[in-house]
Amino acid sequence: MEALFSLVVGVLTASGTFLLLRGRTFPVIVGLALLSYAVNLFLFSMGGLNTDAAAVIGDSTAPSDPLPQALVLTAIVIGFAMTAFLVILAVRARSELGSDHVDGKTGEERGKG
Amino acid sequence: MSLPWILFLPLLGALPALTRPYRDTPGPQWLPLLPPLLALGLLLAQGPAILGGDTLSQGWAWMPQLGLDLALRLDGLGLLFALLILGIGVMIQWYAGYYLSPKENHGRFTGYLLLFMTAMLGIVMADNLLLLWLFWELTSLASFLLIGFWSQDSDARRGARMALTITGAGGLALLAGVLLIGQTVGSFALGEVLAAGDLLRASPHYPWILSLVLLGAFTKSAQLPFHFWLPHAMAAPTPVSAYLHSATMVKAGLFLLMRLQPALGETPAWALALTGVGLATLLYGAWFALLQRDLKGILAFSTLSHLGLITLLLGLGQPLVALFHLLNHATFKAALFMGVGIVDHETGTRDLRRLGGLAALMPLTATLTVTAGAAMAGLPPFNGFLSKELLFAASLESELLGGLNPLIPLGVVAAASLSVAYSLRLVHSLFFARPGGEPPEAHDPPRGMLAPGLMLAALCLLVGLFPMALAAPLVMAAGQAVLATPPPALNLALWHGLNLPLAMSALAVAVGVLLMSRRRLLEQAFQVFGRYDARRLFEQAMIRLTKISLGITQRLENGSLQRYLALLLITALAMAGLGLSRLERLTGELALQPLDGMLVLGAALMIFGAIGSALSHRWRLVSLLMLSVVGLSVSLTFVRFSAPDLALTQLSVEVVSMILMILALFFLPQRPPRWISTRRMFRDLAVAGSLGLLVAGFNFALLTRETLSIANFFLRESVPGGGGTNVVNVILVDFRGFDTLGEITVLTLAGLATFKLLSRLKLFMPAGNVEGIHWSSHRHPMILAVVAQILLPLALLVTVYIFLRGHNQPGGGFIAGLITAVALILQYMARGYEWTRERLPVAYNLVAVSGLALATLTGLGSWLFGYPFLTTTHGHFSLPLIGDFELASALLFDLGVYLAVVGATLMILINLGRVTTVHRPRVEEH
Repeated sequence: MEALFSLVVGVLTASGTFLLLRGRTFPVIVGLALLSYAVNLFLFSMGGLNTDAAAVIGDSTAPSDPLPQALVLTAIVIGFAMTAFLVILAVRARSELGSDHVDGKTGEERGKG
Repeated sequence: MSLPWILFLPLLGALPALTRPYRDTPGPQWLPLLPPLLALGLLLAQGPAILGGDTLSQGWAWMPQLGLDLALRLDGLGLLFALLILGIGVMIQWYAGYYLSPKENHGRFTGYLLLFMTAMLGIVMADNLLLLWLFWELTSLASFLLIGFWSQDSDARRGARMALTITGAGGLALLAGVLLIGQTVGSFALGEVLAAGDLLRASPHYPWILSLVLLGAFTKSAQLPFHFWLPHAMAAPTPVSAYLHSATMVKAGLFLLMRLQPALGETPAWALALTGVGLATLLYGAWFALLQRDLKGILAFSTLSHLGLITLLLGLGQPLVALFHLLNHATFKAALFMGVGIVDHETGTRDLRRLGGLAALMPLTATLTVTAGAAMAGLPPFNGFLSKELLFAASLESELLGGLNPLIPLGVVAAASLSVAYSLRLVHSLFFARPGGEPPEAHDPPRGMLAPGLMLAALCLLVGLFPMALAAPLVMAAGQAVLATPPPALNLALWHGLNLPLAMSALAVAVGVLLMSRRRLLEQAFQVFGRYDARRLFEQAMIRLTKISLGITQRLENGSLQRYLALLLITALAMAGLGLSRLERLTGELALQPLDGMLVLGAALMIFGAIGSALSHRWRLVSLLMLSVVGLSVSLTFVRFSAPDLALTQLSVEVVSMILMILALFFLPQRPPRWISTRRMFRDLAVAGSLGLLVAGFNFALLTRETLSIANFFLRESVPGGGGTNVVNVILVDFRGFDTLGEITVLTLAGLATFKLLSRLKLFMPAGNVEGIHWSSHRHPMILAVVAQILLPLALLVTVYIFLRGHNQPGGGFIAGLITAVALILQYMARGYEWTRERLPVAYNLVAVSGLALATLTGLGSWLFGYPFLTTTHGHFSLPLIGDFELASALLFDLGVYLAVVGATLMILINLGRVTTVHRPRVEEH
């Protein structure tokens, strides 16, 4: 199970990274979202992968580590704030620059990466 | 104790100087003169005690973690330098009042000068090496301002920049040296460093320390090969040259050498470096001084030569003679600069070839200059003669170079001859020779301008006549500080009897006169070598350096986000890969858990979604749908692995962000052009693939290992300390409430930022989708509107439930806030912005901000009860019907979180949604 979990996190990271390196704003945003899923799962797994062990006193005999959960909860909300900001920034950039390229290039102009 | 007063009083003079910067008549500003004079008085009052061998010290801790203290000390060495700085400083300030024209900004000049004076005093009075270094840098800055005082002149700007570059770079080297010293000794306090000489000399860092400190000292004191900034610094007003570039600042390097001699000196490396560099600078400066045509040029190169001489004396192990000559040089060179400044001021030129015959026109100026010039040439009965004789004697005693020993006395005599020659030339062609062009019309300046120079010239004579009374006690006290032992007796007298040094003096004078008379021949011989222009070399080097750094910058920073990200990711890959490669085995000691069908299915879904969204990134809607598959699977993962709070949060965030991204797609191109090279594709795939592998390996390694956790603290303290059984929520609103406060602040800020970004937006409003099909005319489907209306009260009820139970069961402010936001967004989607706005006139930015305020105030509330910020309390209450329940003050904090989340989320979505509507009332308002 651990191997499968790591594999999923790895695939999410790879896909996110690939999208992050695209030249248009929208794939970059999607890539960041994928990366934040990967990071959240990674952080969350630091408390161990436990079944039926919610960190609620009295519900289970051996509750999971609540700290990674609390950290990830805030990370999800912060991640949303960041994504939202980027989305609006992309919309604004497109309307100001007339292009959705991350460097503000227009049309078919070729980028030197 | 008066040490801080001596140090900082002069700076007070800048205030009256700056309030009345311009003068009506020539002359010094009186009020700004008083504070430095007062400091001089205070210094003199301490004099007797220090001459008696005392060391005064006084200090305050400043940044103890760094070892930096505001610690001051005044010993013999400090006293000698402080006397020079304050004494000559006051005279220069006085003289500059006449030198600058009344139209110039005297206030600014005096301010810079006093700043410099303070910095210089700081160097000589610092009892902490870091403090010393701080003042050292301050003198470089003040010197930059002073050299560039006539900033309209390009030579002044260039000279200032060059001086700053060289002395600044030297200052950095010195800092490195000081840090190494501090590391070796374990303290930056001067007393401890000086006492740790043996430790330092034995340290393996000693060669580094020595080289770095010498770099600092040699750049500041313009020793070869860093000498070239000094002649160009002569673009400064003459009082500045007199003060900084002969009497004080360039002596700071020598001061440093003397100050650190007990700690670093008395090794062969020290002696050889100082002797070699000193001798080279001595000869170089003397030679080029003879070939100058500019009055100040002669003095600048002669200063180089004398600085080299003092360095040489230190190398020869003669700090007493070095100190004595330093004192003498400061007096005669400052006087000479003043005399030359007067000539320049009165005749308007500094070119030797155009000047001449001024003795009859300016008798007092001539007296002043001739006296000081004779001291510079080392003629009796002036002070320069005494120190030169001592130098001859010292050069004969040295056994530093073994078989090459005679080189030192030979070099010294050669330099002395040159010094006689250039002094003679200066005095002769200025006052006695016939002028080259038209005879200048000039006369002596006002007495006030002459006074300081004449005083210094008189001092040259008096010290020469009565050295034991006037100079010896000061030099002995300073020598004691340099040697750290009682110094050997110093016998200063004009007449030493007929001996070898006297013969050397006579020889030097004879050769000097000869050189002077055959000067033309020398100049012609010199022409053969061509002109070696240090400034051009320096500027070419600077241009090359600028080009190289520009090239590097442009290569790294070419304005392409893709390149930055690739570089960042590759760096992260390399660093993390390096760390992970140290693991012996990837699999840890924990037993692996078994797989089941649901897990495999979930994992397959997520992998499918992730890869799918990456592959379909040009079909944006598809890519987004794939992303949502991953998002929902992530929330299911949280359910599976016992994190109900996370699952709820993820689910509601997922809904909100999907709506947001679909809205955004409306404004972005639906189908971007194909735009990729195969090479780039491979690079990106390689980076992404290896990063994925790395993260997977890292995660697996961690998952199979036992990790230390502080979970038990939270699990144990949750109920008694936080009053709730849902530990995750208690952590959020109680244990780590401060984090949460920061987080809702970020969320609110993001909301406000999008609000700003969307105002006055120029819109791209596509009329249809990418296939050219127009949008549906049914903007608000009836079924959705009806269902949404029914759902709203139910959703709000669920919100209240989730919120209230949050402290004990999965739920809480975050989740409740997100659910509320989703329910409200549904209304907007179903009925449109205007319809909902009419029925729900809420300013969401106010909601977000008030939530933030509520959370902050709850935190502050605990101050009222004398507890630290964000301390919570809780108690049991009972209400009819509902029964017994527990209420914690954290609930109020959670309410703030709830409001901030609702406000910020809606602010973002509604603002973007609003601009998609046809009427767009807000946009048209602008």
